[in-house]
Amino acid sequence: MKRRIIALLLVSAITAVALCGCGGDKTEGGSSKITIGIPQDLEDSLDPHIAVAAGTKEILFNIYEGLVKPDSDGNLNPAVAEDYSISDDGLTYTFKLRDGVKFHNGNKVTADDVLYCIERNADDGSGNALISAFLNIDSYSADGNDIIIKLKEADPDFLQYMTMAIIPKDNANPDTNPIGTGPYKYVSRSPQENIVLKRFDDYWGEKAYIEDVTLKICANADTIVMDLMGGSIDFFARITTAQAAQLKDSDYEILEGTMNLVQAMYLNNAVKPFDDARVRQALCYAVDPDEIIDLSFDGKGTPIGSSMFPAFGKYYIEETNDVYNKDIEKAKALLKEAGYPDGFTFSIKVPSNYQPHIDTAQVIVEQLKAIGVTAEIKLIEWDSWLSDVYTGRDFEATVIGVDASSMTARSMLERFVSDSSKNFINFNDPEYDKLLKEALTTVDDTKQTELYKQCEWILTNDAANVYIQDLAQLVAINKKFTGYEFYPIYVLDIAKIKPAE
Amino acid sequence: MKYILKKVTTMLITLFVVSVLVFFSFSLIPGNPALSKLGTEATPERLSALEHEMGLDKPVVERFGEWFTGVLRGDFGRSYSYNQSVTSLLKEKIATTLILSVMAIVICVVISLPLGIFMARKSDSKLDIVFSAVNQIIMSIPSFFSGIILTLIFGITLKLFTPGAYVPYHSDLIKCIGYMFFPALAIALPKISMVSKLLKDTVIKEAGKEYVRTAYSRGNATKAVFYRHVLGNALIPVITFLGMTFADIIAGSIIVEQVFSVPGLGRILLTSISGRDYPVIEAIILLLAFFVVLSNLIVDLLYHKFDPRIHV
Repeated sequence: MKRRIIALLLVSAITAVALCGCGGDKTEGGSSKITIGIPQDLEDSLDPHIAVAAGTKEILFNIYEGLVKPDSDGNLNPAVAEDYSISDDGLTYTFKLRDGVKFHNGNKVTADDVLYCIERNADDGSGNALISAFLNIDSYSADGNDIIIKLKEADPDFLQYMTMAIIPKDNANPDTNPIGTGPYKYVSRSPQENIVLKRFDDYWGEKAYIEDVTLKICANADTIVMDLMGGSIDFFARITTAQAAQLKDSDYEILEGTMNLVQAMYLNNAVKPFDDARVRQALCYAVDPDEIIDLSFDGKGTPIGSSMFPAFGKYYIEETNDVYNKDIEKAKALLKEAGYPDGFTFSIKVPSNYQPHIDTAQVIVEQLKAIGVTAEIKLIEWDSWLSDVYTGRDFEATVIGVDASSMTARSMLERFVSDSSKNFINFNDPEYDKLLKEALTTVDDTKQTELYKQCEWILTNDAANVYIQDLAQLVAINKKFTGYEFYPIYVLDIAKIKPAE
Repeated sequence: MKYILKKVTTMLITLFVVSVLVFFSFSLIPGNPALSKLGTEATPERLSALEHEMGLDKPVVERFGEWFTGVLRGDFGRSYSYNQSVTSLLKEKIATTLILSVMAIVICVVISLPLGIFMARKSDSKLDIVFSAVNQIIMSIPSFFSGIILTLIFGITLKLFTPGAYVPYHSDLIKCIGYMFFPALAIALPKISMVSKLLKDTVIKEAGKEYVRTAYSRGNATKAVFYRHVLGNALIPVITFLGMTFADIIAGSIIVEQVFSVPGLGRILLTSISGRDYPVIEAIILLLAFFVVLSNLIVDLLYHKFDPRIHV
């Protein structure tokens, strides 16, 4: 008898514990609360001037603002500055501070804070500029509420760098205690768990709709669909086509935008056989981006033909797509001409944590078989990719997506200048170097655009890389919410999300 | 006393060797924490500045010396990724993983002991064949897989819990334990089948021994003999096994945490390895090694207590 009672007690204890788990912690239908899943933690500084990871910057976008701020069309609008003017020679920029802009700690933004931020980015204390374009600043000063910046040489892209976050001068730990002027203020974080934000009610502009935001780290890509269906997250900004298919008849709406990056098989232009432009061109003729998009991405994605993606508008040249339409015979002829009539063997290093790039590489391997070229995929860890491929330049080919750090053609094209430290493909063309250098200092917009376009054509005609596509970005958002907007840069604007009616 | 002292010394030496191995093996494999942090924005200038800030420009032996003297003072250094001290970073994670492991071991004990005894008593019946077969299957399913199955059945279909909706223990302990039940069950399942099988086997073995027959022949009641003598002796190897399993369960929870999105030691270990956050990796591995040697020590001491024949 006694034994039965103990057994009964144990069973009821277990069920009680199990039942505690149900319900309760689901995200309630409350309008002013949202849980957003993010693929990785911000393993980075929260200091906006120091943070470098794209995943960090897209979140910090909600906390910090610059004198100007980009909108979803890629235009720069006045933010902390109310207005700005540029002198006719392009050398003097005058920003008028907006009256009554407050930091999250309640203090008003002063001209001193702005000067402090410029100083901090122009020299990090060891003689390096955090923003290299700031080396071009001749002098900066404040006159009442006006900030005047004088440049040594004209730089048509300079306004882009004024998106630099304005932070208070007296914050001793911007690293761990972020204070900005954005629509959301930082509340707390728990590493590998979440980051909590709250609406900033003293925001100068249009206030955010949702009051409480939890950014939940969903490090395991395999459980994202479960997390969405179970209701523990309301929003995930980057799901795969397979995941989108699983969510078809659910409470989630799938929005489609573009990732705004250049996915390509990047070729090391300095190693054999890729030092011969004819070999690179042969690969371009053999690889068919449309087929890759159809096979691996469910037809979602935009083929591209140079280091520029469509969101850049005036800089993007659609015609570069048509230079290398699939032509096996031509590819074979080019290989023969270059001295490889029987093809060759090479390896493609792909970071193992980026499934889209692995999928693309697999199709490329198949496509190259048609011209007798044998490619072998080598999966490497992201960290090894950074140190071996990107910095060490020890590779033959790699499939990766390269994005823009700012909305400037410069950020896409400057890396291919022969002596750039970011030129991991060892592209070397004196004509390219000359044209790009000229473009950087050309004030006239039409002329500058023309020069950038010539650079893009060089990359295409020279087949610097085998260009593939701008990947589609698939966003899953609970139907309880609406208003999400895609940006041409890598940001997640939470302030625009609002409860559905 | 001398015995304990000797064991503790061995334990400290083991921990030292582990820390040396981890420290130097990470300086051999490719990857650089500064580069990992800067990503594609790395310029040679920023890279060298950050390496200097992290102290990576010093020779590896010097770095180890600094780190080790810090550890002796209880200072595990600062995380590269989070810019906060490793101790404050890991405190919560250790508690989370320990809660999960303790729950797993409690579930394991609570289920496997009665089950093992029951199976031993039914060892002649047809039920035994079914039990053995099911046991064998459960034993061979890895816990991450049973975790996925549990999520699918209890989370998605039956909606008994919300997958991924982990509640931190400091905000609501009851809800946290409620959420952790299924991950703990996933970890416990293979252990349950191992422990109950072990118990069943030892009980049958003990029950066949001569002292048991003598006890019965003297007219002793069945139940008293079973619980006082047979079970008492049969439990010794089981307790040893449970002790050793504890370290195993902590390690196992690292994998199951991924499946159930529990932000414990496991996730932070994986991300700090991929981000080359050396101070965090060092601290976690040292901690895991500590749990392993500690549970071995406890098992040794238990042996000592239960079996008076073991004397040193």
